[in-house]
Amino acid sequence: MAEEKSGAKIGVYICHCGTNIAGKVNVEEVTKWAATQPNVAVAREYKYMCSDPGQDLIKNDIKELGITRAVVAACSPTMHEPTFRKAASDGGLNPYLLQMANIREHCSWVTIDPAAATAKAKRILSAQIHRLPLNESLDPIEVPVNHDVLVVGGGIAGIEAALKLSATGKHVTLVERNPSIGGHMAMFDKTFPTLDCAACILTPKMSALGKDPNITLMAYSEVEYVEGYVGNFTVKIRKKARYVNTDTCTGCGACQEACVVRKVRSEFDQGLGFRSAIYIPFAQAVPLRATIDPTKCLTLSKGKCKQQSCVPACGPGAIDFEQKDEVVEIDVGAIIMATGFELWDATQESRYGYGRLDNVITSLEFERISNASGPTGGEIVCKNGEAPKSVAILHCVGSRDENYQEFCSRVCCMYSLKFSHLIKEHLPETEVYELYIDMRCYGKNYEEFYKRLMDEGVNFIRGRAAEVTDVALSPEEEGHLVVKTEDTLLGIVRRIPADMVILSAGLSPAHDAKEVSQVFGFGCSANGFYLERHPKLEPVATVTDGIFIAGCCQYPKDIPDTVAQAGAAAAGVLGLVDNDTVKVEPTISYIDPEKCSGCHICVGLCPHNAIQYNEEKNAAEVIEAACKGCGVCVSACGSDVPQQRGYLDTQIFAEIEGALAV
Amino acid sequence: MRYLYYPGCSAEATGRAYDISTRALMAKLGVELIELDDWNCCGATSYFSVRELDSFAIAARNMAIAQQQGDEDLVAICNACYTTLSKTNRYMNDSDEVFKAVNGALGAVGRSYDGTKRVRHIMDVLVNDVGLESIAGKVTRRLTGIKVAPYYGCQYSRPMGTFDDPEFPTTMDAFFKALGAEVVDYPSKVKCCGGMMMMTKEDAALRMCHELLKTAADKGADVMVAACPLCEMNLEAYQPRVNAAFGTHFKIPVMYFTQLAGLAFGVEPKKLAIDLQIVSCDDVLAAIPA
Amino acid sequence: MTELATTPQAKAVHKAFIDDVMRMPAGEKIKICQQCGTCTGSCPTSYLMDYGPREVIGAFRAGMIDKVVKSNTIWLCTSCYYCTVRCPAGIKITDLMYELKRLGMKYDLLPKSSTNPAMTKYFIDSVRKHGRNHEVELIGKFVMTKNPGLALKFTGVGAKLFFGGRLPLFAKNIRGRDELGKIAAYLEAEEAKVQ
Repeated sequence: MAEEKSGAKIGVYICHCGTNIAGKVNVEEVTKWAATQPNVAVAREYKYMCSDPGQDLIKNDIKELGITRAVVAACSPTMHEPTFRKAASDGGLNPYLLQMANIREHCSWVTIDPAAATAKAKRILSAQIHRLPLNESLDPIEVPVNHDVLVVGGGIAGIEAALKLSATGKHVTLVERNPSIGGHMAMFDKTFPTLDCAACILTPKMSALGKDPNITLMAYSEVEYVEGYVGNFTVKIRKKARYVNTDTCTGCGACQEACVVRKVRSEFDQGLGFRSAIYIPFAQAVPLRATIDPTKCLTLSKGKCKQQSCVPACGPGAIDFEQKDEVVEIDVGAIIMATGFELWDATQESRYGYGRLDNVITSLEFERISNASGPTGGEIVCKNGEAPKSVAILHCVGSRDENYQEFCSRVCCMYSLKFSHLIKEHLPETEVYELYIDMRCYGKNYEEFYKRLMDEGVNFIRGRAAEVTDVALSPEEEGHLVVKTEDTLLGIVRRIPADMVILSAGLSPAHDAKEVSQVFGFGCSANGFYLERHPKLEPVATVTDGIFIAGCCQYPKDIPDTVAQAGAAAAGVLGLVDNDTVKVEPTISYIDPEKCSGCHICVGLCPHNAIQYNEEKNAAEVIEAACKGCGVCVSACGSDVPQQRGYLDTQIFAEIEGALAV
Repeated sequence: MRYLYYPGCSAEATGRAYDISTRALMAKLGVELIELDDWNCCGATSYFSVRELDSFAIAARNMAIAQQQGDEDLVAICNACYTTLSKTNRYMNDSDEVFKAVNGALGAVGRSYDGTKRVRHIMDVLVNDVGLESIAGKVTRRLTGIKVAPYYGCQYSRPMGTFDDPEFPTTMDAFFKALGAEVVDYPSKVKCCGGMMMMTKEDAALRMCHELLKTAADKGADVMVAACPLCEMNLEAYQPRVNAAFGTHFKIPVMYFTQLAGLAFGVEPKKLAIDLQIVSCDDVLAAIPA
Repeated sequence: MTELATTPQAKAVHKAFIDDVMRMPAGEKIKICQQCGTCTGSCPTSYLMDYGPREVIGAFRAGMIDKVVKSNTIWLCTSCYYCTVRCPAGIKITDLMYELKRLGMKYDLLPKSSTNPAMTKYFIDSVRKHGRNHEVELIGKFVMTKNPGLALKFTGVGAKLFFGGRLPLFAKNIRGRDELGKIAAYLEAEEAKVQ
């Protein structure tokens, strides 16, 4: 047990991890061997090092034996490095003087031969034993935190998150790109499985948000630029010109009645109804203010509207054609992305005839038809104004399909059932068919809802519709659409005459999800939704500290799960902004300004935008809070200037020597 | 413009009119067709039923010859030939095993093929190479008022879908619109005609052709046009049998699309082999404005 | 999973099928069939089949693929490719049908009800002989051996086609027609090596 000049005294702790390690690696042999290695003061083995008694072994050795370094040979650092570092710290040793040697995921779990595993365990351990004398004490870096929060997206997820944060006294800015908050939920008729009216449960929250003194609502606005890092984001927001003075506008709606351009397809009504060029998107809009669509307004798009009838119609005189966009900058400590989804474009599945055949509609279009405040006043009617005698609802449109979206969109089975109920409620004599592959009714009271629909006499056919056609092959089919499908439970092909076909299209990521994620500096998953930090344990955090996601922008989900995620994101944010500072790992890059030649290579290469160029010092400088210790700058620099603390070249070479020494 | 030309077996027999009218049409458009030397049957659907590699290999023999003969693309007129040759290219490129086996087989007869000869459908050439504008410009007898139901059939855009949409192709519609015709909205345009089934399971094929003819008639079509000899044969030559089986009275002329197109360029009906048709085309011929 | 493959022949056909399918491009997709029924719903002749395309895959999973080969199913496939284009799992169903036809030919498990196999064989014979498919020879042979009644139905059409020059009596032989036979022989020999 020779001691090096550094005076290091190493404690070695080898974990059995039950039989996970000890079942393959001869722990006793490795422990005996470890005791003979350079600088090792003590070598111990224990069944479960992560347990309290296990941790106590380290603490006691620090106090009683005065060990100055420690290595725990056990599982992966991603499992318990924080645990053991805390144990070291509690024992009085700087946590960065403790290393882990992974002899489980890297050894016992991936090696078949026990002798080979034991030899490998020794090599892994030796690497750490050799590098430990070169470890230095490091202290976490504390960065101040701004207590304000930005929420992007004003649907139910964003609204819920903002309200939860406001309740704790935090100041929230909520940015929504549409003229009103409410998102898709505001368009729905009833919600499953309770059949609550969507607007009735949503509008109180919208209204509360609009009045909340802690929440600054910026509707009809978009985030243009984000820079900074956890606790310290600077965000540039463009408040688009409504051409209406929002301080004086009362939302009375007289302008939209007076406007001469009356037949603009209403986005809120999915193109089934009309609005004017100056409009309030729906009656319960928050903020309740008019907006002029510059592409449709004759004054703004063509420079000539003779009447400009909106001007005299407006009592407070709020119309302002000269209004300009306004760009504001805010500082926040954390951001919640709640930008929602878009409905999959069913035109792509041309065999269903959407866009070609009358009365083939999408789910959102049906919501507007069924909704009493919609373009048909809540009457379920076909294009010719007559009630359908037969309606077919086709599941999995664009979903579970290698040609389009591979994933299951999760909510469509339930909303299809809801539609069946609404149709049966409005039109008891109408036949309703649901064409499904599987019925996915997984939530609370969902299976019961399915049974209820069976009880209501809906025809369930297990078969994915092959096509929708208007070609009649028999007199019964004349004048109807025909849905051709195999009834797989019976093994026959059926042609179902239908007056209306509803396509249960899947939820897609927003068309600009990728671009938006890049503005903020986090990523998307392969299916295009925002990427969560861990699919099971961290569904609302992203890999970028300080940025959280909630709702359908992460993956399709129903309202209960959306609300839950919004709360989770708010909690995550509070964990950050409720403190004055946030601790950042010190194992980050450091650039010596004396040695840096100012070539700028590392600045552009940093994937976290954590290096800035300091003009005064003529050198690159690491923004400590943003650096994640990825090592790109270290390897890129031609002059070997950036050094990553805890991963110095000398330390890494020592590991290599240690591994080769066995 | 020059292309290597693959007529296909039917072009020498039941599909003669297709070959004749294609040559006449392309001559009018200034496109040179060089018949592929010593071409063999592509194998169509039958060879796949016996040994898949045989099918690829004999199809590849044609492409191997084409590579020797020139750099031009190889044009097929029959849907099935087009699909079989294209499928051979695709599978050779997707599978090392297929590539090796095919070249091994070709090697046994002193040939080889690297999988890069472009195979084109004649409509693809017309619409994308010659161009609709150029075609419209060369029309001398616009087909004004002629209601055309374009029948694509199965293997035009399925499964390859390279130059048109598999579910709702529109190239033939666009082509005839450029010739001034009134193209009928014909939703059955890609439904199967039954193919070989007309010989082996007649009642099934007749039922399918009945749907095709009925939809065309219901939409007021004066004439149907096809791009495959077997489709044309089933719809035209067997029209009387459809009538007999279903009690209908269809008398819809069914032409190869190149025949009807040729008329628009002033080619005489005889030179387009319209006299070989079974269902009379006189009404259509008379209806085309001079 | 394949407990219904009880006879040696059933087992042999099952193994041959899955081995060949796994070697086709995208062949492994057969494992992820959701049994959604889009294929059967799209197929123009499924209403006549003993087993629709979806059931073919189901039957394979249960070990009954030999029964499918013996049924009328595969010879009713027109190769219209609708199933392949629409399948959400990306299964090349038409290719599976071709594979089953090949197995039918190989194991001589041909349904008596279908004349399609005979047509296929005559087609191949014609092509081997001439290098091209001589339609008159093909149709003539087929009608004479399989369906003389068809000859009567066909005379009206046939006469018109014949006098229209659309049914030439004599075949053109291509120069390289021997090549086709040699190609076939090479591939047969290669296949025998693997077995």
